[in-house]
Amino acid sequence: MLMLGLVMTGSLYAAFAPAQAESAESDTELIAEGRELFLISCVFCHGQNGEGVLTEGGTQYGPSLAGVGAAAADFQLGTGRMPLVQPGAQGAAKAPVFNEDEIAALSAYVGSLGPGPAIPDEGDYSIESLDDEEREEAISRGGQIFLTNCTACHNFSGNGGAMPRGGQAPSILNTSPEHIYEAMLTGPGNMDVFSNGNLTPEEKRDVIAYIETMRDQPEYGGFGLGGLGPVSEGLFGWLVGIGGLVGFAIWIAAHSTRTTKAPMKGTDA
Amino acid sequence: MSDNHDHLPATTQEEPIANPGLPPHTWRPTDVDERLAKRAERQVAGLFGLSSICVILFLVSYFTLKVGDNHTTFAGFGASTIALGSTLGAALLLIGIGIIQWARKLMGDHEIVEMRHPARSSDEDRQGTLDALALGLEESGIGRRPLVRNSLLGSVALLGLPAIVMLRDLGPLPGDKLYHTVWKPRMRVVRDVVGTPINIADLEIGDLVNAEPEIIFAVDEDGEHVLRGAELQTAKSKAAVILLRMDPQDLTPGKGRDNWAVDGIVCYSKICTHVGCPISLNERKTHHLLCPCHQSTFDLADSGKVVFGPAARALPQLPLMVDDEGFLMAQDDFNEPVGPSFWERG
Amino acid sequence: MGAWLTMSIDTSKVADTNSTTAATPKKPSKAGVVANWADERLGLGTVMKKNLRKVFPDHWSFMLGEIALWSFVVLLLSGVFLTLWFTPSMGEVEYQGSYSPLRGVEMSEAMASTLKLSFDVRGGLLMRQMHHWAALIFIASMMIHLLRVYFTGAFRKPRELNWVIGSLLLLLGTLEGFTGYSLPDDLLSGTGIRAADGFMKSMPVVGTYMSFFLFGGEFPGESIIPRLYTVHVLLIPGILLALIAAHMLLLVYHKHTQWPGPGRTEENVVGFPMLPVYAAKAGGFFFIVFGVAALMGGLLSINPIWKFGPYDPTKVTAGSQPDWYMGWPDGALRIMPGWESHFLGVTLSWNVFLPIIVLPGLMFTILMMLPFIEAWITGDKRDHHLLQRPRNAPTRTATMVALMTFYGLMWAAGGNDIIAIKLHLSINQITYFMRAAVFIGPVIAFFITRRWCISLQRHDEQKLLHGYETGIIMRSAEGGYSERHLPISDEAAYKLTARDRDEVWTPTTETDSNGIPAKGGRLDGVRSKLSALMYADNVQKPTAEELEAAHHHADHEHELQAPLEGHSADGHQFDGHHAVDGESLRGDH
Repeated sequence: MLMLGLVMTGSLYAAFAPAQAESAESDTELIAEGRELFLISCVFCHGQNGEGVLTEGGTQYGPSLAGVGAAAADFQLGTGRMPLVQPGAQGAAKAPVFNEDEIAALSAYVGSLGPGPAIPDEGDYSIESLDDEEREEAISRGGQIFLTNCTACHNFSGNGGAMPRGGQAPSILNTSPEHIYEAMLTGPGNMDVFSNGNLTPEEKRDVIAYIETMRDQPEYGGFGLGGLGPVSEGLFGWLVGIGGLVGFAIWIAAHSTRTTKAPMKGTDA
Repeated sequence: MSDNHDHLPATTQEEPIANPGLPPHTWRPTDVDERLAKRAERQVAGLFGLSSICVILFLVSYFTLKVGDNHTTFAGFGASTIALGSTLGAALLLIGIGIIQWARKLMGDHEIVEMRHPARSSDEDRQGTLDALALGLEESGIGRRPLVRNSLLGSVALLGLPAIVMLRDLGPLPGDKLYHTVWKPRMRVVRDVVGTPINIADLEIGDLVNAEPEIIFAVDEDGEHVLRGAELQTAKSKAAVILLRMDPQDLTPGKGRDNWAVDGIVCYSKICTHVGCPISLNERKTHHLLCPCHQSTFDLADSGKVVFGPAARALPQLPLMVDDEGFLMAQDDFNEPVGPSFWERG
Repeated sequence: MGAWLTMSIDTSKVADTNSTTAATPKKPSKAGVVANWADERLGLGTVMKKNLRKVFPDHWSFMLGEIALWSFVVLLLSGVFLTLWFTPSMGEVEYQGSYSPLRGVEMSEAMASTLKLSFDVRGGLLMRQMHHWAALIFIASMMIHLLRVYFTGAFRKPRELNWVIGSLLLLLGTLEGFTGYSLPDDLLSGTGIRAADGFMKSMPVVGTYMSFFLFGGEFPGESIIPRLYTVHVLLIPGILLALIAAHMLLLVYHKHTQWPGPGRTEENVVGFPMLPVYAAKAGGFFFIVFGVAALMGGLLSINPIWKFGPYDPTKVTAGSQPDWYMGWPDGALRIMPGWESHFLGVTLSWNVFLPIIVLPGLMFTILMMLPFIEAWITGDKRDHHLLQRPRNAPTRTATMVALMTFYGLMWAAGGNDIIAIKLHLSINQITYFMRAAVFIGPVIAFFITRRWCISLQRHDEQKLLHGYETGIIMRSAEGGYSERHLPISDEAAYKLTARDRDEVWTPTTETDSNGIPAKGGRLDGVRSKLSALMYADNVQKPTAEELEAAHHHADHEHELQAPLEGHSADGHQFDGHHAVDGESLRGDH
């Protein structure tokens, strides 16, 4: 059943991602190049052929990469989550270790290990091709999907939030549209999967359009205070509001400078 | 210094050191130097003048900076709010600071002494009040005519009833409304926001779908939504569900719930059993669902039971089945009330 | 100069005016005509004569309540502006305003009109944000004002009733804030109402009915926002206004408390007259509070409802928190274990009922009872107009610090998710920690504060008896080292001693003449124990004899050091009270 599902979704992706079948020849070269890099950098955790490595206790040291798809590899490498700084910890975004070409090669190799979601191309997540009215509709629909599916973990402004036992839903403020798309497709780490059978490619595109729109929106009401909601507002209310006003109160009640002189008789003080 | 000591009333706390009395007044530079006083005067007037400039800037901002469709922006901020706020704020602050400077530098600042008086009335006043009260009560005959007094007390007390009873129509009685949702046998589960039905073939392991019953999006023959406004919101507030596909091996079906999941797809109420926040923060690998309001955590692989936090009850599970086309639907409504607990729940 | 000096000592006689020109011109001015007209009808002259020069003592901590008063005025002004556009209706409309990402979304008229206020009314967003910031400041300033009053003992007789009124103001202000937070019908406010529905349903017997009556049926219905609107703009502000008026009338009637000091006693009040200085300072402060609210409203974004979107019972966002003043019961909710009882066919949700209904009620009751509890323990029935330093009431100070610690920990628990992501901690661990800390923390805080206060009292005693530490080390002829202490000024010494001697309350008679224990005997035992806890460890001010003896001892020491007097290193010239021209610390040998 599992294999069936994977094969099925694989073929689904093939249908949605025409970019995948460009030129077979350059693909083979790229995959070979990727394998070279993989053997140097990834085998320690993921095994010689990306089959995964089990610890003595039987838990996964590095998971199998068969069927995770090029999109997963591109996301993990492109956001710098892989290679991990230390095994076991939740991968955090950092500057990527590999350059763009190397990531392309590695992703191609991982994609060749088994059918899985391919790297989306710009047409998948851009609303450039829509006219103004369609764009506006796409953005507001994307907003509703975002608020239904994403804000629960990533917060209304995309700032991220806490998950059980020290986990975190990361901030998506600086994530590229491509990587957001890949994250939805593949469900990195503990994130749920929003496969194309769950959220259609158009719906994903709309979500990304909404996120991009929110980034471009001016801060209408002034500094955003970290976009964390009422906790940071309360903090500023106390520090700036009460702090400032108490400061003024101290100034108002402070004794002003005195002199040892006294006014001359007859002068109006 | 000792001459004004006499008018200070002696109190018990005047030992071990006697009250030295108010220190002599000392003068401010502006009191003794007319030049400095003039300068302070100019300073205060300058603050008031600056305030007026801020008001003019406020007016200019109000009429030049656009809001609405062509919102004027400035350095990534909405220009109107920023400009109006800072000019108004500065105008007010400058007036405030000016007045305070005036008080601190130029107004006479002799401290003066006022004597306190006890809050307690004098004995004569107290007696007078008591006498007046007694006389009034006596003249009313309230003590001698208990029938009048008691019947009045009774009738006024009864006036409380209309005041309470009239609030009765604030809302209907609960009845059994909290025990049912709009889920019906064989009602399709559809995606939230877009309202499309869900085919099990479309879902991968790890997919989480925020879903609703089909009727939320249903339209009648005129193309009007069947549920609208408050009715729609009420329906959603109880019927919203989350759908999760997990590896069937991970799943521990609850007692009597063997056929409630379809191919590892489980469906639970989205409404937290604690105080009713909608929850969808799922950890894919552990199948733990966290509520962002108060952090109750539920295990979706194990009948939605509480693994952490203040919630006391498991998330109600919606029994699923598949129709001929492979679309997911409910076997039936939830078999228990969803959302927060209530007294009559049992 | 001499004349000025003597006159200025008894300032009440000279300070009526600083002007040399006559206050009223000979010919009645226009203002005079108006004043005459009004006085003949209202008799204002008598009232104003009494109050125009009413004395208010000056201290920064006396202005904290003013912040609350002025932010309330800002709230009234900005609130009236908001009502001109806000539509308190849950009727569903499709938004077609100028904020494009929400165009075409179904929402309530309340939300749509709030968006209109924010995007289509010039200054509307400024007023919304000012209103919200002023609300946060209003409640925060009431709280610090309350702490000031408590820590300085200003709640004691005759001001207990004003303490109760103030506590009610805090309670009503909190409710007013919560109802306002709920009005825009955005995702956060709706989530708040949703939780409030859960709170109500947890109440035994009446809970479900309360919920159905308040919401006009099942949650969310279409009545809650219009109903909360009436409560928010009419009912609570009306009561707030009445209570604020009563609070201030009592303040004027009792006259303000003051710090003890030379010339300041229980029987008088020393300070600036209402007109002009106090009026100017208070009026100026109003503009400053208004200005700070306007600056915050213009520069700091608060409650960006367009990012939350309209309320939808199926949506939620991470970081769903109430405003700060509701944070502590929310924290209690978060750390409460999931207890629920099922008996006789009913359900009692302890996990909701205890932290959100019982606990806040209990805390407010304790708060209001504090003055009466203290008066009962101490048996003190005298009027008090002089303030106490927090250190001179160690147990009282420690009690409030313990309550603050409890509040603060609950508050932190209410932000456990934000703490978790900002400090990379686990919300589970924070929750477990807080479950213990809210009980242990206040106890630790109580003991530390109490001991701290007592050691500060000792420090004061040292200063009184032996003078202050100059930091100058003296070497005697024998080669021994000692730090030179110099006596403090008379004013400072008087201030330190201007306080009561604490007396532990003891039951007057254990038994009456027939040998039968007096009524309430058992309670008397508790009372005397509490009174001992309150006072027994305090450091009392020295008696005149002790002070005399200590000074005598100091004089003796000074005599020993006398040969050094006048030399560069005797320390005197560097104490800040002497001219040090031509002298350096080491001396020019």
